Amino acid sequence: MAGPLETEIHNLLTNSFKPDRLEVINDSAMHSGHSGDDGSGESHFTVVIESAEFSGKSRLQRQRMVNHALGDIPGERVHALAIRAFAPDDAQKGA
Amino acid sequence: MSDINERISKVVGDNDVVLFMKGTPLFPQCGFSSRAVAILEHCGVAYDSVDVLQDMEIRQGIKAYSDWPTIPQLYVKGEFVGGSDIMMEMFEAGELAQLMEDKKVAKAS
Repeated sequence: MAGPLETEIHNLLTNSFKPDRLEVINDSAMHSGHSGDDGSGESHFTVVIESAEFSGKSRLQRQRMVNHALGDIPGERVHALAIRAFAPDDAQKGA
Repeated sequence: MSDINERISKVVGDNDVVLFMKGTPLFPQCGFSSRAVAILEHCGVAYDSVDVLQDMEIRQGIKAYSDWPTIPQLYVKGEFVGGSDIMMEMFEAGELAQLMEDKKVAKAS
């Protein structure tokens, strides 16, 4: 069952990038009790996103685009947000 | 605000490789900072680190400076490279070592 932040991240990215693939993975349980765990159960996320919007963009540009789309979520409302952003024409898409 | 930008400019200008992190290379206080340190150690380059937990002004200022919301942050020869995800992807692709070579960064002694 997706939490409210997970749903918000999902919706913001869907609206911004019309992704071909989008996974918002809540890693918070793996970090339970660590620094950054605020007890909300929504402190650590990994985003895997594939969108034509990232085509021709560098890694830095892609992450900036995702961070900007998420406003004050990365680093403020979520302790950790790992981002893997792919374009459909990337030679290597990774995991 | 401009004062803090000048302070940060001086730090990234005075050192070839600078990692802004939580904690120190010996005692990182966050998994992502720990990972960033491990990557730099693997690269075998000389680097300096700034513990943002010891300096609230830098901790906030660095986010505006680079327009990047999270820590750690890596700078090479004054240029922002990225956070720990980008460092890991570049490291795995051999691009980080290439960058250090291209920028003529000194090896760790």
